[in-house]
Amino acid sequence: MRRLRFHLGPVRHGLAAAGLCLGLLGGARADRLPLPPDTPAAYRTECGSCHLAYPPGLLATNDWQQLLARLEHHFASDARIEPPALHEIAAFLNRHGATAGARSASGFPPRISRSAYFERKHRKVPPRLWQDPRVASPANCEACHRGAADGRYSEHDLALPELRRK
Amino acid sequence: MRRTLLSILSCILYLPLAASAATPAQLQARYQQEAEAAQPGFAASARRGERWFNQAYTHTPQLPSCTTCHTQQPMQPGRHAITGKVIKPLAPAANPERFGDPAKVEKWFGRNCREVVGRECSAAEKADLLAYLGEVR
Repeated sequence: MRRLRFHLGPVRHGLAAAGLCLGLLGGARADRLPLPPDTPAAYRTECGSCHLAYPPGLLATNDWQQLLARLEHHFASDARIEPPALHEIAAFLNRHGATAGARSASGFPPRISRSAYFERKHRKVPPRLWQDPRVASPANCEACHRGAADGRYSEHDLALPELRRK
Repeated sequence: MRRTLLSILSCILYLPLAASAATPAQLQARYQQEAEAAQPGFAASARRGERWFNQAYTHTPQLPSCTTCHTQQPMQPGRHAITGKVIKPLAPAANPERFGDPAKVEKWFGRNCREVVGRECSAAEKADLLAYLGEVR
């Protein structure tokens, strides 16, 4: 009996670890990208007026900082933000931006839609759909991901019927 | 004593905050007053505001006019010309939140005027626009 218990110990640990991993994976699923709990109100109001307040983890930190450095020329818009809101947003994006890699944008100015990660995730989207008047721009997440404002990006819940998985 | 002083001080400090909410008519009056100071005899005109709202500029090709995003029907929702995001109606009759927060109004006049018109807008232009949007039904 004692011997059995001795052997069960590592198994139990293994099971617990596996459960923990599954739990973690479940919590970090790629189609769930809610804004972090410490998102400053200024991020939602300043960055979420003209487009969705994008999940900060979709772009590398240094790309975010490049965007913040020239907000007065932000994709043809004047999006300048005054301090202290600007500093608050910069610190937030530093905390939650991605490390350089698949979520780094290629090209300048950096665009989320020009990262290897975004392109891989959208590789099955027919190119003509990006020009569709219902979509208008890859910046318009909510055109297809109707739950995007709440961080839901599931491919099973797409607004455009032709994109839904059969 | 110190506490009394502090509460008096905080009352004084918070007074402008309490006064920061405004109605579109109050804001229009404020711009009217500012415009009159620069231009004696100025009177806001809804017709001039309407023309100005529909005018096209060449400063930013993607954003030539107010109506590019806000549409020619301020009672209707608009759409950002670049990102496609829906913009709530601009007319206070359709959207009671409009022109209720002077700081927010100034921020958006600042951004939108610089990107569309290519410069800061004058108090006269703002008074005209509010006169127009205030009467749209």
